Amino acid sequence: MSSWGRLTRLPHEVTRPPFLDDASSVIASPGKPILCRGLGRSYGDVCLNADGRLLVTDRLDRFQWLDLQAGRLRAEAGMSIDRLLRVIVPRGWFLPVTPGTKLVTLGGAVANDVHGKNHELAGTFGAHVERLGLLRSTGETLTLSRDQNAELFAATVGGLGLTGFIQWVELKLVPIRSARLDTDTLPIKDVDDFFRIAEASRDWPFTVAWVDCLAKGSDLGRGLFMRGRWAETGGLAVHRSPRLGFAPELPGFLLNAVTMRAFNALYRNRPHGLGTRTQHYDPFFYPLDALSSWNRLYGRHGFYQHQSVVPFPAARDSVKRMLETTAAQGQGSFLAVLKLMGDTPSPGVLSFPMEGATLALDFPNKGERTRRLLDTLSDEVLANGGRLYPAKDAVMSPAMFRAGYPGWRTVEAWRDPAFGSDFWRRVTGDAA
Amino acid sequence: MSAPCRILVLGASSAMAQAYARLRAAGGASFLLVGLNATRLAAVSGDLRACGAHAAEIITADLADLAGVEGRAAEFRSRLGEPDEVLIAYGELGDQAESERDLDAARHAIDVNFTSVALWILALLKDRPPQAPLNLVVIGSVAGDRGRASNFIYGSAKGALDRFLEGLAQKVAGTPVHVVTVKPGFVDSPMTDAVAKGPLFASPEMVAADIVRAVDKRRRVVYTPWFWWVIMTIIRHLPWFVFKRLRI
Repeated sequence: MSSWGRLTRLPHEVTRPPFLDDASSVIASPGKPILCRGLGRSYGDVCLNADGRLLVTDRLDRFQWLDLQAGRLRAEAGMSIDRLLRVIVPRGWFLPVTPGTKLVTLGGAVANDVHGKNHELAGTFGAHVERLGLLRSTGETLTLSRDQNAELFAATVGGLGLTGFIQWVELKLVPIRSARLDTDTLPIKDVDDFFRIAEASRDWPFTVAWVDCLAKGSDLGRGLFMRGRWAETGGLAVHRSPRLGFAPELPGFLLNAVTMRAFNALYRNRPHGLGTRTQHYDPFFYPLDALSSWNRLYGRHGFYQHQSVVPFPAARDSVKRMLETTAAQGQGSFLAVLKLMGDTPSPGVLSFPMEGATLALDFPNKGERTRRLLDTLSDEVLANGGRLYPAKDAVMSPAMFRAGYPGWRTVEAWRDPAFGSDFWRRVTGDAA
Repeated sequence: MSAPCRILVLGASSAMAQAYARLRAAGGASFLLVGLNATRLAAVSGDLRACGAHAAEIITADLADLAGVEGRAAEFRSRLGEPDEVLIAYGELGDQAESERDLDAARHAIDVNFTSVALWILALLKDRPPQAPLNLVVIGSVAGDRGRASNFIYGSAKGALDRFLEGLAQKVAGTPVHVVTVKPGFVDSPMTDAVAKGPLFASPEMVAADIVRAVDKRRRVVYTPWFWWVIMTIIRHLPWFVFKRLRI
């Protein structure tokens, strides 16, 4: 089994139970450390448990109930956002928070407490979760909410699947009148321009910027700023299945500074890219879902992603320094993502978001050179009081983790002793 | 508004049945779900209601119990009303090697995959109002197209089912009863979890979409995914002196 970054390929004992009752008997049976996994879209090792057991939840994808009047639902944890939207969009509902791919499960969205383009306004995914069903390896089933087992709820949201088996997720939806968004795309000249436009876009609920991470000097941080809000008209058509097929595994020599630069230039100069228009939610929220398994484009050695958040006021200069470092190395990625995060408190002890600016960069795995670059970026984040996103991470040191997530011992205390992951063993090490 | 389409599903917790029922539920159908395990049927029922099903009642039954067929079939028909569509989706892959030595296992494989299915169909058609339209959708298998050393007990039961449905379809041709034989290839479902999975495996959702198309277009036989028609046409036509040397 691999994760989305395809950096490792290690053996696991994998089960894919079709119903909650057999999933529960797997959890309650003794054996090697166990971890639940959804669609494996996390990049590093939070969804891996080498030489241990993996319970893949993708077949546990049923609604338990759906209240179309109140906009609430309860579903098994393996339900994908893809399937959820197929059912709720035609009836005028949407997720209050969605990550940048719909190929994740609700359980995975909770365990990583994912965020979306409306973080400033809506907070994290977990902020809209009302209740969770958790099965511990003792066989005990618990209902978790802000009022009931509140500490375990806070340890489970963003808890990387370590507190037990999340059986079901109950969440609130938001009403939509159209499946389309009114969007506006603006060019960004440099990093300061990003912060200026972001500040001026406070009344747009959805914002994100794509940055050309190979641009240097006065062009540092140039890119495109995209903002959107739900449209009032345009129908409630659900997304289609991807038309582009399986991406090929590109040979490593194609992943060099020249091709990356060409790609970034093309992206920046997309025809009909700029200005206002209406767009379906699918290309706006999930542009990469159009090409299934795009992760293979990074070749057989896989790729790393660095996603960090740095709090204000250091964020602006810190982002500049990180982009400078990346551009100087010429190892940059196809696209970098830059976005502001709001001050809504996250519900989870280990939730990633904090008020500040978050930067995400992909790097094809070129061995030691890439890991040194990632370390340099981490040091910059650490020095400014920021942290790295576990769902994306494959390399952060235990010290980096503990500095970013001082509450980690709380999650360790609530961790189900039968559960473990490669990530958790890596960042907690002997201290756990 | 017309009355919702009434669909009887035998083997409702199977992966293909669930995927198919979800597609039909979106159109507001009314279901009676039959299977072994009440908890699992309840999970399927809740899901179908959320997807738009008008109703999704459940009844537990051991569908391989031949003695019970006639009485239970009458019970299902009175509970749901005369179905507009019947999906028969239960089956067991069995273990060929074990069935060759253990005759009870062999008999069970044949009863589950052929005898009981045939009896359910006869019981459900018995005394049916002649004008009532019915789609009878039965999951067969490409394994029934030619007897092969690796699974000829399961394969022969599915092959017999194929002949049964062929004859039935001929009998009801020109009536409002339409018979669809579905022949999936490898499907990525719990039934095949013991088998190493490769690129030829299709998802239950792909199979379900093919079944919907076949029913709507009133096809008699549908291979799913479509390329199995090519593969099986070749395998069916291999001359014996070639076929007997194959390790399939």
